[in-house]
Amino acid sequence: MRAAIGPLQVIEVRDLCKTYDKKVVIDHLTFTVQPGVVTGFLGPNGAGKSTTMRLIVGLDRPTSGDAIIGGIRYADLTRPLRVVGALLDAGAIHKGRSAYNHLLYLAQTQGIAAPRVNEVLDLVGLHDVAHERAGSFSLGMGQRLGLAAALLGDPPVLILDEPVNGLDPDGIKWIRNLVIHLAGEGRTILVSSHLMSEMAATATNLVVIGRGRLIAACTTDDFIERGSKRSVLVKSPDASILAELIMAAGGLVETDAQGDLVVRMIDAAHIGAIAAKAQLELHELTPQLASLEDAFMEQTHASNEFGHGARSANGSTPVLATASARGTNP
Amino acid sequence: MTTIAQTTTASDAHFGLEGLNIAGPTGLNITGLVKSEWTKIRSLRSSLVALVLLVVLTIGFTALFVGLTVAQWDKVIAVRKLAYQLDPTRLILGAGFQLSQLAICVLGVLVIANEYASGTIRASLLAVPRRTPMLVTKAVVFAALIFVVVEVAAFSSFALGAPILHSKISVGISDPGVLRAIVGAGLYGAVLGVFSIAIGAIVRHTAGGIAGIIAFVLVLSPLTQLIPGSIGDHIHAYLPTAAGQLMAAARQGPDDLLTPWQGFGVFCIWTLVLMLVANYLLTHRDA
Repeated sequence: MRAAIGPLQVIEVRDLCKTYDKKVVIDHLTFTVQPGVVTGFLGPNGAGKSTTMRLIVGLDRPTSGDAIIGGIRYADLTRPLRVVGALLDAGAIHKGRSAYNHLLYLAQTQGIAAPRVNEVLDLVGLHDVAHERAGSFSLGMGQRLGLAAALLGDPPVLILDEPVNGLDPDGIKWIRNLVIHLAGEGRTILVSSHLMSEMAATATNLVVIGRGRLIAACTTDDFIERGSKRSVLVKSPDASILAELIMAAGGLVETDAQGDLVVRMIDAAHIGAIAAKAQLELHELTPQLASLEDAFMEQTHASNEFGHGARSANGSTPVLATASARGTNP
Repeated sequence: MTTIAQTTTASDAHFGLEGLNIAGPTGLNITGLVKSEWTKIRSLRSSLVALVLLVVLTIGFTALFVGLTVAQWDKVIAVRKLAYQLDPTRLILGAGFQLSQLAICVLGVLVIANEYASGTIRASLLAVPRRTPMLVTKAVVFAALIFVVVEVAAFSSFALGAPILHSKISVGISDPGVLRAIVGAGLYGAVLGVFSIAIGAIVRHTAGGIAGIIAFVLVLSPLTQLIPGSIGDHIHAYLPTAAGQLMAAARQGPDDLLTPWQGFGVFCIWTLVLMLVANYLLTHRDA
């Protein structure tokens, strides 16, 4: 039973390509999104995140390749809102129509009963303005309405494009908690953002793209660890002697403002061993994890440097997440 | 990677998709689609305004035009008097609809182009990813609505116009072709609504769509009448609205190249072709 349910909720993007006017926007993108955790969809503005999401739900037609949800193309779902909830752009409501009527007409296409409309309006906190014209809504209220539409069919799969856009800090916190809660219920959640801090706070897994290509698909922890900027802070009264020994062992040593050593290329255990062998005193030996921002900047930058045509940019990434994610799937 | 494996197995519980009929060609929810399109139309104030305008303009202009004709009867030229006497129904129904049909055109274009302008089309297509059923349902619901509204306007116009005209020409609803013409006005309006939706779906911009339909209905038709000889007559006769409007006449006039039903058929063919183009574009363009 378990094994059967899991794959049914998996989003699989398979060798997806999209070209607009000869400009390649999505370039052979392949990844999978698993249920039960929040998967962050990360990339700089213009990387193709929104386009990928639009292709997954069939708003745009792929140039080649496809995307399936639980093994089925979105266009072949007969009650799509009951399977996939998507928040793609919050402004997508007629200004003269009320939030209630907007959700009502969507519900009617799916055979969803009208009381569910009030339910989701309560859930997103729009109950009091449900019958006002949406033209009066703020960006944040529009975002909440978009989320209400996504949740209308109580779908096992959610695709949210920059859901925190336009929300105040309370709203951001609320979305974070909601998204984590929904994932905890076993749903498949793909959330895009260009804000790394947002992803660090919510996403267990990451799919990172740049210029329409896959840069990484792995756990958030793995992604941060992969940053080669990872360094070790070393404090020692014998810093200068230690620095020479570390360099001799292949490490890169810089001195920070306090005169402490920042060591790259070799890890803390190795540095500790060098110090012990030379009988040097250590006051501190701390691995410094790169922030998600650092890891992201570095890895997207690296991928961009390969330029066009260098498909090895994908192949050479150390963690090939599609393969590994599929492999561990029971 | 272990995280992925562990959390995947956490997804047991109630999100099995097996219970839901999520795919299959037979699962189209037609009743839901109809309800949904009706909700879309009725929840916009602009639709209500346009429909009220349609009825008011039709009745108002019928009274005005028929009244003025009766008042100025002595100054009406003989040829026209003869035409009125041959088919008074055309005079009564034609007067109001020449102008009020624009309300149908504008509303029809807005029904779909507004979805693009506001972005609602993306919400709609997420709910109904197969676009043909959405387009067809929209057209059918709108056509039905327009038929009912135009019938209200047409029966009212006739009820008002016939007594005004009575002092000069006597016409009753039981006269040959009269009832067919009144029902025909509704049919013409309904098909004009679908015609407008097709234009709106092709153009996708509200202003462009409205300009396009008005060009078809108001500008092109009189323009072709300026072409001398039978070429102009033939082109004019087969133009969509000129052909379609024959349905609102009780009988074929001496200058009409087509019978009412033939004219209506020509209009339907135009509409069908435009709908096919609209459907092709809708299913092939990115939303």
